[in-house]
Amino acid sequence: MATLTHQEHLTAEYLEVKPGTRRSFMLIIVAGVAILILGVILSMLGIGSHHEAAEGAAAAHGAGHAGAEHHGSAPWLKRIIVSLWHNNVFFTGVSAIGTVFMAIQYVAYAGWSVVVKRINEALSAWLIPGLIIMLVVFGLNFINYDLFHWTVPGIMDKGSETYDRIIAGKSGFLNIPFYLIRTVIYLGLWIFFTKRLRDLSLEEDLNGGTAYFHKSINVSALFLVFYAVTSSMSAWDWVMSVDVHWFSTMFGWYVFASWWVSGIAAVTLCAILLKQAGYLPLLKEGHLHDLGKFMFGFSIFWTYVWFSQFMLIWYANLPEEAVYFNQRLGGFNGQYTWMFYGNLFVNFVFPFLVLMTRDAKRQMIMLKIVSIAILIGHWSDFYLMLMPGTMKGDNGFIIEIGIALIFLGSFLILFTKRLSQASLTPLHHPFLDESVHHTT
Amino acid sequence: MTKRFALGIFEDEDVLLHAVENVREAGVKIYEVFTPFPIHGIDDAMGIERSRLPIAAFFFGLTGLSFALWMQIYMLGFDWPMIIGGKPHIALPAFIPVSFELTVLFCCHGMVITFYTISKLYPRWKTPVLDVRSTDDKFVMAIEVNENTDMTKLTQILRDNGASEVNQKEMSKF
Repeated sequence: MATLTHQEHLTAEYLEVKPGTRRSFMLIIVAGVAILILGVILSMLGIGSHHEAAEGAAAAHGAGHAGAEHHGSAPWLKRIIVSLWHNNVFFTGVSAIGTVFMAIQYVAYAGWSVVVKRINEALSAWLIPGLIIMLVVFGLNFINYDLFHWTVPGIMDKGSETYDRIIAGKSGFLNIPFYLIRTVIYLGLWIFFTKRLRDLSLEEDLNGGTAYFHKSINVSALFLVFYAVTSSMSAWDWVMSVDVHWFSTMFGWYVFASWWVSGIAAVTLCAILLKQAGYLPLLKEGHLHDLGKFMFGFSIFWTYVWFSQFMLIWYANLPEEAVYFNQRLGGFNGQYTWMFYGNLFVNFVFPFLVLMTRDAKRQMIMLKIVSIAILIGHWSDFYLMLMPGTMKGDNGFIIEIGIALIFLGSFLILFTKRLSQASLTPLHHPFLDESVHHTT
Repeated sequence: MTKRFALGIFEDEDVLLHAVENVREAGVKIYEVFTPFPIHGIDDAMGIERSRLPIAAFFFGLTGLSFALWMQIYMLGFDWPMIIGGKPHIALPAFIPVSFELTVLFCCHGMVITFYTISKLYPRWKTPVLDVRSTDDKFVMAIEVNENTDMTKLTQILRDNGASEVNQKEMSKF
């Protein structure tokens, strides 16, 4: 077979982001803004949201609940804040996967993935804006405490009107200064290691040799240790603390699995799009096959973690645990039920059946369909994690999709910018030759 | 039926891999290659068709899944209904772990049995070995020959491609 003996002629190739491409990214953002404005108008008119009270949410909430319940913003503002948080958690998590994936490849001495390494590096470009947006949106939470019930003043003080005994018991961990410190530490660590690996990779491009490779392995190993802890903890902080009375020990893994499979889908989709645009001549069916196996396998892994969490809660049926699934299965007049089942279908049944055969994993069109489905599916998965706890029954989709498009457009601009800054093939990577001759 | 083979003995897997490509290019049909360990890319080099074992595996898995679901639904739903933890008699989430395990069990055993059967690896079967050194440190390329084969030419092709020796052997059980 030709590829086994044939020596490829390797030259650096740079991604050229054409003005048309950049314009279409801007168009995504503009479309997002338009949809967002439309959603806000519809929400103000009382359409497009499930809320029944025409006189506004604040009045309805205030009349119906007493004690620990707080009023909250108008539905459209609340939806914007929650949606910003939802999208930022999703995009930042997926972005971090770029570095995680690369670090795992380094530590495993894996050679096949070298041709997609630059995509991984570029994927992590969102981490710095992710940190900034995370902090800003956490600040927005204090307008009306829309995101985190535990930040309501006095909720942890005995004798206060808003006092909540269960939340007060978590005050050692869930307090605002410590929360902010943790968020900065998680993202700070991820940003630091991303930058370190990127710098080593760029220096390797200039100078060659194996020293950078060995250094990268050490950096990667250290990063993975930190990431193993911080990924779980960030899931508790960013996602689970929304349902503050509830907790699950599976949650860290559940969120990580969702990020991880979405990250791999993003890398696969990007590799295919670059290939179809005429870049990455070294990317062959074998590499796609391996990426397809990752998507297939980790879709099953996500389902496994999801089900492990669900079944124990379902079986034990303890009220304080089961409330989480009560809200999502039949709660709020059953408006999350279709998403609950749809989530399982898109994220498990669909990739499982479609990517089962070898041929499907080697065909671009199949991988493209499945990776887009996985990305949308896991965005919805995060929607399902965050909305019932914050929006209760007032959730909607128009504002949320608008904000998602704004995030997507900005993400793509940053991503392609970083992608175009270095050669798409790391020419001096010691395992490049292995990757070129990769067969599966 | 007795078959006659020309055996090219190779010392190195890379040499063998290139030899396989070149020998096939020269128009010689390779009967089989025997190596002490699996070699990456040799299936493609020899032009071996992909195994249909995964298709069998899918149906074994489906059998296991159906059997598991039928067994649990029949036993706990109809034959001997019991209330467990206040759940319905047919409580699907509780059946999923057993269904998963039986799917895997049927799939694995089915695949192993199928593979052994089609490879004729069953008890008391004596496996013919063309050259015992292929289980140690030599790589053996077997080419079926008959009276009309030009042995000098074949030997030359194998030698040119790095064979350290070329032998002939007759085997009755192939």
